[in-house]
Amino acid sequence: MTAFLAVIGRDLRLATRVGGDALTLVLFFVMVGVIVPFAIGPDSATLSRLAPGIVWIAAFLSMLLGLDRLFRADDEDGSLTLFRHAALPLEAIVAAKVIAHWLLTALPLIVASPILAVLLAMDFAAWEKTVLSLLLGTPGLVALGTIGAAVTVSLRRGGLIAPVLILPLSIPILIFGTGAIAAGNPDGISNAALLFLSAISLVTLVLAPFAAALALRLSED
Amino acid sequence: MTADVTLKKPNWFSRIANPGQFLAWSKGFVAPLAILTATLFAVGLYLAFFASPPDYQMGETVRIMYIHVPNAWLSQFVYGVMAVASIGTLVWRHPLADVAAKSAAPLGAVFTGLALFSGSLWGRPTWGTFWEWDGRMTSTLILFLIYLGIIALWRAFEDQGRAGRVIAVFTLVGALDIPVVKFSVDWWNTLHQPASVLSMSGEHVAPAILIPLLVMTLAFTLLFITLHIVRMRTEIFRRRAESLERQAAANLMA
Repeated sequence: MTAFLAVIGRDLRLATRVGGDALTLVLFFVMVGVIVPFAIGPDSATLSRLAPGIVWIAAFLSMLLGLDRLFRADDEDGSLTLFRHAALPLEAIVAAKVIAHWLLTALPLIVASPILAVLLAMDFAAWEKTVLSLLLGTPGLVALGTIGAAVTVSLRRGGLIAPVLILPLSIPILIFGTGAIAAGNPDGISNAALLFLSAISLVTLVLAPFAAALALRLSED
Repeated sequence: MTADVTLKKPNWFSRIANPGQFLAWSKGFVAPLAILTATLFAVGLYLAFFASPPDYQMGETVRIMYIHVPNAWLSQFVYGVMAVASIGTLVWRHPLADVAAKSAAPLGAVFTGLALFSGSLWGRPTWGTFWEWDGRMTSTLILFLIYLGIIALWRAFEDQGRAGRVIAVFTLVGALDIPVVKFSVDWWNTLHQPASVLSMSGEHVAPAILIPLLVMTLAFTLLFITLHIVRMRTEIFRRRAESLERQAAANLMA
Protein backbone atom coordinates (compact mmCIF):
# COMPACT_ATOMS: atom_id res chain seq x y z
CA MET A 1 0.00 0.00 0.00
CA THR A 2 2.87 2.37 0.82
CA ALA A 3 4.43 1.65 -2.54
CA PHE A 4 1.06 2.14 -4.24
CA LEU A 5 0.66 5.58 -2.61
CA ALA A 6 4.29 6.39 -3.37
CA VAL A 7 3.69 5.86 -7.11
CA ILE A 8 0.67 8.17 -6.98
CA GLY A 9 2.66 10.77 -5.02
CA ARG A 10 5.58 10.53 -7.43
CA ASP A 11 3.38 11.13 -10.46
CA LEU A 12 1.64 14.07 -8.81
CA ARG A 13 4.96 15.65 -7.80
CA LEU A 14 6.47 15.11 -11.23
CA ALA A 15 3.52 16.75 -12.96
CA THR A 16 3.11 19.70 -10.59
CA ARG A 17 6.76 20.63 -10.11
CA VAL A 18 7.97 20.50 -13.69
CA GLY A 19 6.25 21.81 -16.78
CA GLY A 20 2.79 22.57 -15.46
CA ASP A 21 1.05 20.23 -17.90
CA ALA A 22 -2.11 20.08 -15.80
CA LEU A 23 -2.66 23.83 -16.12
CA THR A 24 -2.03 23.76 -19.87
CA LEU A 25 -4.65 21.04 -20.20
CA VAL A 26 -7.20 23.16 -18.31
CA LEU A 27 -6.32 26.06 -20.58
CA PHE A 28 -6.96 23.88 -23.64
CA PHE A 29 -10.25 22.67 -22.16
CA VAL A 30 -11.48 26.23 -21.61
CA MET A 31 -10.22 27.33 -25.03
CA VAL A 32 -12.25 24.66 -26.83
CA GLY A 33 -15.29 26.07 -25.04
CA VAL A 34 -14.32 29.61 -26.02
CA ILE A 35 -13.91 28.70 -29.68
CA VAL A 36 -17.34 27.08 -30.06
CA PRO A 37 -19.42 30.29 -29.90
CA PHE A 38 -17.30 31.72 -32.72
CA ALA A 39 -18.11 28.67 -34.83
CA ILE A 40 -21.83 28.38 -34.15
CA GLY A 41 -22.77 31.95 -33.21
CA PRO A 42 -23.30 33.64 -29.84
CA ASP A 43 -27.05 32.96 -29.55
CA SER A 44 -27.41 31.94 -25.90
CA ALA A 45 -30.45 29.68 -26.44
CA THR A 46 -28.54 27.53 -28.96
CA LEU A 47 -25.42 27.59 -26.80
CA SER A 48 -27.16 26.44 -23.65
CA ARG A 49 -28.84 23.62 -25.56
CA LEU A 50 -25.48 22.44 -26.95
CA ALA A 51 -23.46 23.21 -23.81
CA PRO A 52 -23.38 19.74 -22.16
CA GLY A 53 -22.23 18.14 -25.42
CA ILE A 54 -19.59 20.83 -25.92
CA VAL A 55 -18.27 20.37 -22.38
CA TRP A 56 -18.03 16.61 -22.94
CA ILE A 57 -16.23 17.04 -26.28
CA ALA A 58 -13.81 19.53 -24.71
CA ALA A 59 -13.15 17.08 -21.86
CA PHE A 60 -12.69 14.21 -24.34
CA LEU A 61 -10.17 16.12 -26.46
CA SER A 62 -8.13 17.44 -23.56
CA MET A 63 -7.94 14.03 -21.91
CA LEU A 64 -6.80 12.39 -25.15
CA LEU A 65 -4.13 15.08 -25.51
CA GLY A 66 -2.76 14.15 -22.08
CA LEU A 67 -2.56 10.41 -22.80
CA ASP A 68 0.88 10.47 -24.31
CA ARG A 69 2.68 11.43 -21.13
CA LEU A 70 1.15 8.58 -19.10
CA PHE A 71 3.98 6.12 -19.84
CA ARG A 72 6.18 7.97 -22.35
CA ALA A 73 8.46 9.74 -19.86
CA ASP A 74 8.72 6.59 -17.72
CA ASP A 75 9.73 4.62 -20.79
CA GLU A 76 12.35 7.17 -21.76
CA ASP A 77 14.06 7.55 -18.38
CA GLY A 78 13.94 3.82 -17.60
CA SER A 79 11.47 3.93 -14.70
CA LEU A 80 9.17 1.64 -16.68
CA THR A 81 11.84 -1.08 -16.69
CA LEU A 82 12.10 -0.73 -12.91
CA PHE A 83 8.31 -0.90 -12.60
CA ARG A 84 8.25 -4.11 -14.64
CA HIS A 85 10.58 -5.78 -12.16
CA ALA A 86 9.35 -4.12 -8.97
CA ALA A 87 8.01 -6.03 -5.96
CA LEU A 88 4.68 -4.30 -6.45
CA PRO A 89 2.88 -6.01 -9.35
CA LEU A 90 2.82 -4.02 -12.57
CA GLU A 91 -0.99 -4.14 -12.48
CA ALA A 92 -1.01 -2.25 -9.16
CA ILE A 93 1.46 0.30 -10.48
CA VAL A 94 -0.73 0.88 -13.53
CA ALA A 95 -3.77 1.26 -11.24
CA ALA A 96 -1.84 3.86 -9.21
CA LYS A 97 -0.94 5.69 -12.41
CA VAL A 98 -4.60 5.64 -13.50
CA ILE A 99 -5.57 7.32 -10.22
CA ALA A 100 -2.76 9.87 -10.49
CA HIS A 101 -3.64 10.59 -14.11
CA TRP A 102 -7.29 11.11 -13.23
CA LEU A 103 -6.30 13.53 -10.43
CA LEU A 104 -4.05 15.41 -12.85
CA THR A 105 -6.17 15.56 -15.98
CA ALA A 106 -9.84 14.99 -15.12
CA LEU A 107 -10.21 16.67 -11.75
CA PRO A 108 -8.84 20.05 -12.93
CA LEU A 109 -11.29 19.99 -15.84
CA ILE A 110 -14.22 19.37 -13.50
CA VAL A 111 -13.01 22.19 -11.26
CA ALA A 112 -12.77 24.47 -14.29
CA SER A 113 -16.19 23.51 -15.64
CA PRO A 114 -18.03 26.47 -14.02
CA ILE A 115 -16.07 28.75 -16.36
CA LEU A 116 -17.43 26.89 -19.38
CA ALA A 117 -20.89 26.83 -17.81
CA VAL A 118 -20.90 30.64 -17.63
CA LEU A 119 -19.42 31.08 -21.12
CA LEU A 120 -21.94 28.67 -22.69
CA ALA A 121 -24.99 30.01 -20.85
CA MET A 122 -25.70 26.82 -18.90
CA ASP A 123 -28.13 27.04 -16.02
CA PHE A 124 -27.21 25.75 -12.57
CA ALA A 125 -29.18 22.48 -12.82
CA ALA A 126 -27.56 21.56 -16.15
CA TRP A 127 -24.12 22.35 -14.76
CA GLU A 128 -24.77 20.15 -11.73
CA LYS A 129 -25.74 17.23 -13.97
CA THR A 130 -22.71 17.82 -16.19
CA VAL A 131 -20.35 17.74 -13.23
CA LEU A 132 -21.97 14.56 -11.95
CA SER A 133 -21.69 12.82 -15.33
CA LEU A 134 -18.08 14.00 -15.75
CA LEU A 135 -17.22 12.70 -12.27
CA LEU A 136 -18.68 9.30 -13.13
CA GLY A 137 -17.50 9.09 -16.75
CA THR A 138 -13.94 10.41 -16.72
CA PRO A 139 -12.51 7.52 -14.63
CA GLY A 140 -13.63 5.11 -17.36
CA LEU A 141 -12.18 7.38 -20.01
CA VAL A 142 -8.83 7.54 -18.20
CA ALA A 143 -8.85 3.75 -17.80
CA LEU A 144 -9.47 3.17 -21.51
CA GLY A 145 -6.84 5.78 -22.33
CA THR A 146 -4.35 3.91 -20.17
CA ILE A 147 -4.79 0.85 -22.39
CA GLY A 148 -4.19 3.00 -25.48
CA ALA A 149 -1.09 4.56 -23.94
CA ALA A 150 0.26 1.15 -22.87
CA VAL A 151 -0.27 -0.35 -26.33
CA THR A 152 1.58 2.49 -28.04
CA VAL A 153 4.37 2.97 -25.48
CA SER A 154 7.09 1.37 -27.60
CA LEU A 155 6.25 3.48 -30.65
CA ARG A 156 8.40 6.49 -31.31
CA ARG A 157 5.49 8.29 -32.94
CA GLY A 158 2.76 7.03 -30.62
CA GLY A 159 1.35 10.45 -29.80
CA LEU A 160 -1.40 10.48 -32.42
CA ILE A 161 -2.20 6.81 -32.66
CA ALA A 162 -3.37 6.26 -29.06
CA PRO A 163 -6.30 8.75 -29.40
CA VAL A 164 -7.24 7.21 -32.77
CA LEU A 165 -7.39 3.77 -31.14
CA ILE A 166 -9.27 4.86 -28.04
CA LEU A 167 -11.86 7.23 -29.52
CA PRO A 168 -14.12 4.56 -31.09
CA LEU A 169 -13.94 2.42 -27.96
CA SER A 170 -14.93 5.28 -25.68
CA ILE A 171 -18.09 6.23 -27.58
CA PRO A 172 -20.33 4.46 -25.00
CA ILE A 173 -18.95 6.78 -22.30
CA LEU A 174 -19.80 9.78 -24.45
CA ILE A 175 -23.30 8.45 -25.23
CA PHE A 176 -24.20 7.75 -21.60
CA GLY A 177 -22.30 10.79 -20.35
CA THR A 178 -24.33 13.20 -22.44
CA GLY A 179 -27.44 11.00 -22.12
CA ALA A 180 -27.27 11.53 -18.36
CA ILE A 181 -27.46 15.28 -18.84
CA ALA A 182 -30.15 15.27 -21.53
CA ALA A 183 -32.73 17.83 -20.58
CA GLY A 184 -36.43 17.12 -21.12
CA ASN A 185 -36.31 13.64 -19.60
CA PRO A 186 -36.03 14.60 -15.96
CA ASP A 187 -36.21 11.19 -14.34
CA GLY A 188 -36.35 7.86 -16.20
CA ILE A 189 -33.90 7.95 -19.05
CA SER A 190 -31.22 10.15 -17.55
CA ASN A 191 -31.15 8.02 -14.42
CA ALA A 192 -30.65 4.88 -16.49
CA ALA A 193 -27.85 6.62 -18.39
CA LEU A 194 -26.12 7.58 -15.14
CA LEU A 195 -26.28 3.98 -13.93
CA PHE A 196 -24.92 2.63 -17.22
CA LEU A 197 -22.18 5.27 -17.17
CA SER A 198 -21.14 4.22 -13.67
CA ALA A 199 -21.24 0.55 -14.66
CA ILE A 200 -19.03 1.12 -17.71
CA SER A 201 -16.60 3.21 -15.67
CA LEU A 202 -16.35 0.61 -12.91
CA VAL A 203 -15.83 -2.33 -15.28
CA THR A 204 -13.20 -0.48 -17.32
CA LEU A 205 -11.43 0.64 -14.15
CA VAL A 206 -11.20 -2.96 -12.97
CA LEU A 207 -10.08 -4.46 -16.30
CA ALA A 208 -7.82 -1.69 -17.64
CA PRO A 209 -4.86 -2.16 -15.24
CA PHE A 210 -4.63 -5.84 -16.24
CA ALA A 211 -4.87 -5.18 -19.99
CA ALA A 212 -2.47 -2.23 -19.81
CA ALA A 213 0.05 -4.12 -17.67
CA LEU A 214 -0.09 -7.07 -20.09
CA ALA A 215 0.55 -4.72 -23.03
CA LEU A 216 3.43 -3.07 -21.14
CA ARG A 217 5.05 -6.45 -20.40
CA LEU A 218 4.65 -7.64 -23.98
CA SER A 219 6.07 -4.47 -25.48
CA GLU A 220 9.34 -4.94 -23.61
CA ASP A 221 12.33 -5.47 -25.91
CA MET B 1 19.33 -37.29 -13.23
CA THR B 2 18.48 -37.33 -16.87
CA ALA B 3 14.94 -37.47 -17.99
CA ASP B 4 14.04 -40.09 -20.50
CA VAL B 5 13.52 -37.92 -23.55
CA THR B 6 11.70 -39.52 -26.40
CA LEU B 7 11.08 -37.31 -29.39
CA LYS B 8 7.36 -37.45 -29.91
CA LYS B 9 5.94 -36.77 -33.31
CA PRO B 10 4.43 -33.28 -32.91
CA ASN B 11 0.63 -33.21 -32.86
CA TRP B 12 -1.36 -31.60 -35.65
CA PHE B 13 -1.60 -28.32 -33.75
CA SER B 14 2.18 -27.91 -33.54
CA ARG B 15 2.58 -29.08 -37.11
CA ILE B 16 0.30 -26.41 -38.57
CA ALA B 17 2.08 -23.93 -36.28
CA ASN B 18 5.17 -24.17 -38.44
CA PRO B 19 5.06 -21.45 -41.12
CA GLY B 20 6.97 -23.68 -43.53
CA GLN B 21 4.43 -26.49 -43.08
CA PHE B 22 1.62 -23.99 -43.53
CA LEU B 23 3.12 -22.79 -46.81
CA ALA B 24 3.33 -26.40 -47.98
CA TRP B 25 -0.20 -27.54 -47.20
CA SER B 26 -1.97 -24.27 -48.00
CA LYS B 27 -0.44 -24.13 -51.47
CA GLY B 28 -2.76 -26.86 -52.73
CA PHE B 29 -5.82 -25.21 -51.18
CA VAL B 30 -5.69 -21.86 -52.92
CA ALA B 31 -6.72 -22.86 -56.45
CA PRO B 32 -9.63 -25.20 -55.49
CA LEU B 33 -10.91 -22.61 -52.99
CA ALA B 34 -10.75 -19.89 -55.63
CA ILE B 35 -12.65 -22.07 -58.13
CA LEU B 36 -15.28 -23.00 -55.52
CA THR B 37 -15.70 -19.34 -54.58
CA ALA B 38 -16.09 -18.28 -58.21
CA THR B 39 -18.68 -21.03 -58.84
CA LEU B 40 -20.67 -20.06 -55.76
CA PHE B 41 -20.57 -16.42 -56.79
CA ALA B 42 -21.82 -17.34 -60.28
CA VAL B 43 -24.70 -19.38 -58.82
CA GLY B 44 -25.43 -16.82 -56.10
CA LEU B 45 -25.44 -13.84 -58.44
CA TYR B 46 -27.71 -15.68 -60.90
CA LEU B 47 -30.12 -16.56 -58.10
CA ALA B 48 -29.96 -13.08 -56.66
CA PHE B 49 -30.43 -11.12 -59.86
CA PHE B 50 -32.60 -13.38 -62.06
CA ALA B 51 -34.18 -16.21 -60.10
CA SER B 52 -35.44 -14.33 -57.05
CA PRO B 53 -38.58 -12.18 -57.01
CA PRO B 54 -38.49 -8.42 -56.43
CA ASP B 55 -39.83 -7.29 -53.08
CA TYR B 56 -43.45 -6.14 -53.04
CA GLN B 57 -42.49 -2.93 -51.24
CA MET B 58 -38.91 -2.21 -52.23
CA GLY B 59 -39.06 -3.55 -55.79
CA GLU B 60 -35.74 -4.30 -57.48
CA THR B 61 -33.67 -2.45 -54.90
CA VAL B 62 -34.09 -5.42 -52.57
CA ARG B 63 -31.33 -7.11 -54.59
CA ILE B 64 -28.77 -4.86 -52.88
CA MET B 65 -29.47 -7.01 -49.84
CA TYR B 66 -27.65 -9.98 -51.43
CA ILE B 67 -24.44 -7.92 -51.33
CA HIS B 68 -25.16 -5.96 -48.18
CA VAL B 69 -26.03 -8.74 -45.73
CA PRO B 70 -23.00 -11.00 -46.50
CA ASN B 71 -20.66 -8.02 -46.08
CA ALA B 72 -22.30 -7.04 -42.82
CA TRP B 73 -21.98 -10.64 -41.59
CA LEU B 74 -18.30 -10.73 -42.58
CA SER B 75 -17.59 -7.41 -40.87
CA GLN B 76 -18.31 -9.16 -37.57
CA PHE B 77 -17.01 -12.60 -38.52
CA VAL B 78 -13.58 -11.23 -39.46
CA TYR B 79 -13.30 -9.46 -36.11
CA GLY B 80 -14.09 -12.81 -34.50
CA VAL B 81 -11.28 -14.41 -36.52
CA MET B 82 -8.91 -11.66 -35.36
CA ALA B 83 -9.98 -12.15 -31.74
CA VAL B 84 -9.40 -15.91 -31.91
CA ALA B 85 -6.02 -15.33 -33.57
CA SER B 86 -5.16 -12.87 -30.79
CA ILE B 87 -5.91 -15.51 -28.16
CA GLY B 88 -3.64 -17.83 -30.16
CA THR B 89 -0.87 -15.21 -30.04
CA LEU B 90 -1.19 -14.52 -26.31
CA VAL B 91 -1.86 -18.01 -24.99
CA TRP B 92 0.11 -20.33 -27.26
CA ARG B 93 2.53 -17.86 -28.88
CA HIS B 94 1.38 -19.52 -32.10
CA PRO B 95 3.73 -18.20 -34.81
CA LEU B 96 0.95 -18.19 -37.40
CA ALA B 97 -1.61 -16.45 -35.17
CA ASP B 98 -0.21 -12.96 -35.52
CA VAL B 99 0.21 -13.50 -39.27
CA ALA B 100 -3.49 -14.47 -39.37
CA ALA B 101 -4.53 -11.46 -37.29
CA LYS B 102 -2.47 -9.06 -39.38
CA SER B 103 -3.77 -10.37 -42.72
CA ALA B 104 -7.39 -10.34 -41.53
CA ALA B 105 -7.47 -6.67 -40.49
CA PRO B 106 -7.48 -5.03 -43.96
CA LEU B 107 -9.94 -7.64 -45.26
CA GLY B 108 -12.29 -6.89 -42.36
CA ALA B 109 -11.98 -3.18 -43.01
CA VAL B 110 -12.89 -3.66 -46.69
CA PHE B 111 -15.91 -5.87 -45.93
CA THR B 112 -17.12 -3.41 -43.29
CA GLY B 113 -16.60 -0.52 -45.71
CA LEU B 114 -18.59 -2.40 -48.38
CA ALA B 115 -21.37 -3.12 -45.90
CA LEU B 116 -21.58 0.60 -45.10
CA PHE B 117 -21.39 1.59 -48.78
CA SER B 118 -24.00 -0.89 -50.01
CA GLY B 119 -26.20 -0.07 -47.03
CA SER B 120 -26.05 3.61 -47.84
CA LEU B 121 -26.92 2.91 -51.52
CA TRP B 122 -29.86 0.81 -50.32
CA GLY B 123 -30.95 3.40 -47.77
CA ARG B 124 -31.32 6.15 -50.35
CA PRO B 125 -34.30 4.63 -52.28
CA THR B 126 -35.92 2.89 -49.28
CA TRP B 127 -35.44 5.33 -46.39
CA GLY B 128 -34.81 8.41 -48.55
CA THR B 129 -31.39 9.09 -47.09
CA PHE B 130 -27.81 7.94 -47.62
CA TRP B 131 -26.97 8.15 -43.97
CA GLU B 132 -28.98 8.13 -40.81
CA TRP B 133 -27.55 7.98 -37.29
CA ASP B 134 -29.35 4.73 -36.64
CA GLY B 135 -28.12 2.15 -34.14
CA ARG B 136 -26.84 -0.57 -36.44
CA MET B 137 -25.32 1.77 -39.01
CA THR B 138 -23.55 3.72 -36.30
CA SER B 139 -22.12 0.63 -34.61
CA THR B 140 -20.92 -0.68 -38.00
CA LEU B 141 -19.26 2.68 -38.62
CA ILE B 142 -17.54 2.46 -35.24
CA LEU B 143 -16.41 -1.09 -36.03
CA PHE B 144 -14.96 0.28 -39.28
CA LEU B 145 -13.04 2.93 -37.31
CA ILE B 146 -11.71 0.25 -34.94
CA TYR B 147 -10.45 -1.77 -37.94
CA LEU B 148 -8.72 1.34 -39.31
CA GLY B 149 -7.13 1.99 -35.90
CA ILE B 150 -5.79 -1.57 -35.77
CA ILE B 151 -4.38 -1.28 -39.30
CA ALA B 152 -2.73 2.02 -38.35
CA LEU B 153 -1.25 0.31 -35.30
CA TRP B 154 0.17 -2.56 -37.41
CA ARG B 155 1.79 -0.03 -39.71
CA ALA B 156 3.27 1.97 -36.83
CA PHE B 157 5.30 -0.94 -35.42
CA GLU B 158 8.61 -1.91 -36.94
CA ASP B 159 9.18 -5.13 -35.00
CA GLN B 160 6.34 -7.36 -36.21
CA GLY B 161 6.74 -9.91 -33.42
CA ARG B 162 6.21 -7.34 -30.71
CA ALA B 163 3.44 -5.72 -32.77
CA GLY B 164 1.60 -9.05 -32.89
CA ARG B 165 1.60 -9.49 -29.10
CA VAL B 166 0.68 -5.90 -28.24
CA ILE B 167 -2.01 -5.62 -30.91
CA ALA B 168 -3.47 -8.93 -29.71
CA VAL B 169 -4.13 -7.26 -26.33
CA PHE B 170 -5.81 -4.33 -28.02
CA THR B 171 -7.87 -6.58 -30.34
CA LEU B 172 -9.23 -8.46 -27.32
CA VAL B 173 -10.03 -5.20 -25.50
CA GLY B 174 -11.90 -4.18 -28.65
CA ALA B 175 -13.72 -7.53 -28.72
CA LEU B 176 -14.96 -6.88 -25.18
CA ASP B 177 -15.88 -3.31 -25.98
CA ILE B 178 -17.73 -3.86 -29.27
CA PRO B 179 -20.84 -5.40 -27.64
CA VAL B 180 -20.95 -2.43 -25.24
CA VAL B 181 -20.68 -0.03 -28.18
CA LYS B 182 -23.44 -1.92 -29.98
CA PHE B 183 -25.73 -1.88 -26.98
CA SER B 184 -25.12 1.77 -26.17
CA VAL B 185 -25.65 2.89 -29.74
CA ASP B 186 -28.90 0.88 -29.97
CA TRP B 187 -30.04 2.50 -26.77
CA TRP B 188 -29.12 5.87 -28.24
CA ASN B 189 -31.09 5.68 -31.49
CA THR B 190 -32.80 2.99 -33.55
CA LEU B 191 -34.34 2.84 -37.03
CA HIS B 192 -32.84 -0.21 -38.73
CA GLN B 193 -34.93 -3.35 -38.83
CA PRO B 194 -33.93 -6.01 -36.28
CA ALA B 195 -32.07 -9.14 -37.35
CA SER B 196 -34.43 -11.36 -39.30
CA VAL B 197 -32.42 -14.21 -40.86
CA LEU B 198 -31.49 -15.82 -37.58
CA SER B 199 -33.86 -15.06 -34.77
CA MET B 200 -35.22 -17.06 -31.88
CA SER B 201 -38.78 -17.23 -33.18
CA GLY B 202 -37.83 -18.87 -36.49
CA GLU B 203 -37.24 -17.42 -39.92
CA HIS B 204 -39.07 -14.38 -41.19
CA VAL B 205 -37.70 -14.50 -44.73
CA ALA B 206 -39.35 -16.33 -47.62
CA PRO B 207 -37.27 -19.23 -49.02
CA ALA B 208 -37.16 -17.59 -52.49
CA ILE B 209 -35.10 -14.79 -50.94
CA LEU B 210 -33.40 -16.78 -48.19
CA ILE B 211 -31.71 -19.34 -50.46
CA PRO B 212 -29.92 -16.81 -52.73
CA LEU B 213 -28.96 -14.89 -49.59
CA LEU B 214 -27.41 -17.95 -47.97
CA VAL B 215 -25.56 -18.86 -51.20
CA MET B 216 -24.17 -15.34 -51.46
CA THR B 217 -23.18 -15.36 -47.78
CA LEU B 218 -21.35 -18.64 -48.26
CA ALA B 219 -19.66 -17.26 -51.39
CA PHE B 220 -18.48 -14.13 -49.59
CA THR B 221 -17.26 -16.17 -46.61
CA LEU B 222 -15.29 -18.46 -48.92
CA LEU B 223 -13.92 -15.37 -50.65
CA PHE B 224 -12.67 -14.17 -47.28
CA ILE B 225 -11.09 -17.55 -46.47
CA THR B 226 -9.37 -17.69 -49.88
CA LEU B 227 -8.07 -14.13 -49.65
CA HIS B 228 -7.02 -14.67 -46.04
CA ILE B 229 -4.91 -17.74 -46.92
CA VAL B 230 -3.33 -15.88 -49.85
CA ARG B 231 -2.57 -12.87 -47.66
CA MET B 232 -1.10 -15.08 -44.91
CA ARG B 233 1.17 -16.76 -47.44
CA THR B 234 2.24 -13.35 -48.76
CA GLU B 235 2.95 -12.12 -45.25
CA ILE B 236 5.13 -15.18 -44.47
CA PHE B 237 7.03 -14.69 -47.72
CA ARG B 238 7.43 -10.98 -46.95
CA ARG B 239 8.88 -11.74 -43.50
CA ARG B 240 11.27 -14.26 -45.00
CA ALA B 241 12.35 -11.79 -47.66
CA GLU B 242 12.94 -9.17 -44.96
CA SER B 243 15.09 -11.48 -42.86
CA LEU B 244 17.04 -12.51 -45.98
CA GLU B 245 17.63 -8.84 -46.76
CA ARG B 246 18.85 -8.30 -43.22
CA GLN B 247 21.19 -11.26 -43.51
CA ALA B 248 22.50 -9.98 -46.82
CA ALA B 249 23.08 -6.54 -45.31
CA ALA B 250 24.90 -8.13 -42.35
CA ASN B 251 27.11 -10.17 -44.67
CA LEU B 252 27.89 -7.04 -46.64
CA MET B 253 29.00 -5.28 -43.47
CA ALA B 254 31.20 -8.19 -42.41
